[in-house]
Amino acid sequence: MLHVDRRRLLLGAAALGTTALAGRILPARAAGPFQIGFLYVGPVGDFGWSYQHDKGRKAVEAKFGDQVKTSFVESVAEGPDSERVIRQLASGGSQLIFSTSFGFMNSALKVAKQFPAVKFEQATGYKTAPNVAEYNGRFYEGRAVCGAIAGHVSKSGVIGYVGSFPIPEVVMGINAFTLAARKINPAIKVKVIWVNSWFDPGKEADAAKSLIDQGADIICTHTDSSAIVQTAEARGVHAFGQDSDMKQFGPNAHLTAIVNHWDDYYIARTKAAMDGSWKEQSVWEGLKDGIVEMAPYGPGVTDAARAAAEATRTGIIAGTLHPFTGPVKDNKGTVRIAAGATPGDADLFKQDWYVEGVQA
Amino acid sequence: MRILVEPRRQPSRRLWTLTPILALVLTMAIATALFAALGYDAADSFMAFFVSPLTDLTGLTELAVKGAPLLMIAAGLAMAFRAGVSNIGAEGQLIMGAVAGGGVALAFWEQSGPWILPLMALAGIGGGMAWAAIPAFLRVRFAVSEILTSLMLTYVADLFLNLLVYGPWRDPDGMNFPQSRLFNDDETLGILVDGTRLHTGTLVALVLALAVWVVMTRSLLGFRIRTVGASAAAARYAGFGNDRVIWFTLLASGGLAGLAGLFEVAGPIGQIIPQITPGYGFTAIIVAFLGRLHPLGIVPAALVVALSYIGGENAQVLVGLPKAVTGVVQGLLLFILLASDFLVRYRLRLARRAGAAA
Repeated sequence: MLHVDRRRLLLGAAALGTTALAGRILPARAAGPFQIGFLYVGPVGDFGWSYQHDKGRKAVEAKFGDQVKTSFVESVAEGPDSERVIRQLASGGSQLIFSTSFGFMNSALKVAKQFPAVKFEQATGYKTAPNVAEYNGRFYEGRAVCGAIAGHVSKSGVIGYVGSFPIPEVVMGINAFTLAARKINPAIKVKVIWVNSWFDPGKEADAAKSLIDQGADIICTHTDSSAIVQTAEARGVHAFGQDSDMKQFGPNAHLTAIVNHWDDYYIARTKAAMDGSWKEQSVWEGLKDGIVEMAPYGPGVTDAARAAAEATRTGIIAGTLHPFTGPVKDNKGTVRIAAGATPGDADLFKQDWYVEGVQA
Repeated sequence: MRILVEPRRQPSRRLWTLTPILALVLTMAIATALFAALGYDAADSFMAFFVSPLTDLTGLTELAVKGAPLLMIAAGLAMAFRAGVSNIGAEGQLIMGAVAGGGVALAFWEQSGPWILPLMALAGIGGGMAWAAIPAFLRVRFAVSEILTSLMLTYVADLFLNLLVYGPWRDPDGMNFPQSRLFNDDETLGILVDGTRLHTGTLVALVLALAVWVVMTRSLLGFRIRTVGASAAAARYAGFGNDRVIWFTLLASGGLAGLAGLFEVAGPIGQIIPQITPGYGFTAIIVAFLGRLHPLGIVPAALVVALSYIGGENAQVLVGLPKAVTGVVQGLLLFILLASDFLVRYRLRLARRAGAAA
């Protein structure tokens, strides 16, 4: 078993011999710029969820310059790997850490307990702690705007919806979209295909193709890549972009997109963490506060669709329109929201049923 | 001029055991050159990627935590591969082990006692074995390729896990998010070093790898496995049942993968979530071959592969290298290893056209 010993020796020797050298890159704590760590669930390179968070990181860098030093880790698997990465960021000197996927929540909370001086910001989730704040966008508001457009633009009356995971966030998006579309055209049907991934361009494209084959002439998605818009462009149907303005991937197909705009929130929280005014909080903001924005309308948006979309958007901002105002029936015929009532945030977060017209 | 590829009559055994180390060194060298070519400081990148995880307690314990499931699965797979049984579905067997063992934890979540964890472990092993029994049965009874069946059952296992986590096993207080309850203290593995995630499962993994080594080198069963793998016809002539070896290696590798899955949910995760493995079952295949299908070679191989993951994360944090570098380094390692294997087995000879014309 000589080779094993040699190999071990080699590793050991490499470790020992270079420990001294390692000191030069392992960051010193405190002193110097304010360190901020970011954790992304997908790659930053392409458009989508993680890309938008990274735009927020760059906005923080642009705003604070030499006062801050940011680092990020992309494509972190949800689950035990995320705990290690968060710990690595915290022990590496990060004083503020943004963990930007729901699956990072429990890991962030575990590490937060061991690093009480570090502030944690968890995007989507429901648990907070004295040094863990939670923030999210009311993306269902943007979904309602998309729904209004789809109600006018769809000719076949069938809309394809590519879902990631059936968590409340995604379910309420499907529901808000469908309610708004059926307000315009009560015959609209929304077919959902789950791809069980946040980012898998191949699977997303396959799902889109299958939905188009089933008669869908608009594809909506709650996944992170640009594959949906590209597929729609190739097949001559329409699509909504997700997270980023995805016009360039399908100039004709692109109707609009829900754009996640974290820049201002990240700058505000960095400032708060730096000047000591940072507090535990739960933030859920939408179109009104600018976390959710709509991309410019594409050529496929008719005048009627544009008017309906703008009415929805401005109505939500003014507070005169709530996407979930009753009566709302689920797809089994039960009344879930009484006429005239609007559900509270807690109810929205427990939504595990689909509105009339959804085939999921 | 042309190049002739000739098999070496007597491939060097020493080279055979040394090439993984050579491949590692070469990978480090090429990777560092690549970092430099990408515009990063070569020394800093090298340190962050290959050395920084080895320089502190957290890094070393994380290496063990990440390496343990790889080690356990790869030790089982090595047995199967030695017998010529291609179990590609360890990922699915891992998931079913986590499901079965985690199911026990959820069923007894209000109970306490030292008996729960062993029961969970048994259920985990059973879950993995049951999942591996399907390809074993199909192979022995109907001669269906276990490569296809074991691989495809992985996706079934994944969907089954999703069905449970999005359905009956969802935490009733969890706002409908797809997670089970957290396991209680008697249902989670003990921590060996305070302040780290080094759990008792890592020790079990090491012990099991040694056990596999004993079985493979010191028992008749191990001899049978190796004989069947070397030549099925010879094994039949010697009276060794091919079918029994297929059953044994698939069940053993499935059971080990199942236990690895249980250790993940009862260890670092502490509950059942939709994503319990970042591909350990597939990565373990690389580990098994990197370790030369030898249970003791697999120990350092698991650590090296674990290092490539953790080093990749450190390199992102410390020097801003892109994530893709992790995959490139792993790919380089495998490529160089396979290439050097080829050169150990064959030699290249330049032949004159005239001489070779006949």
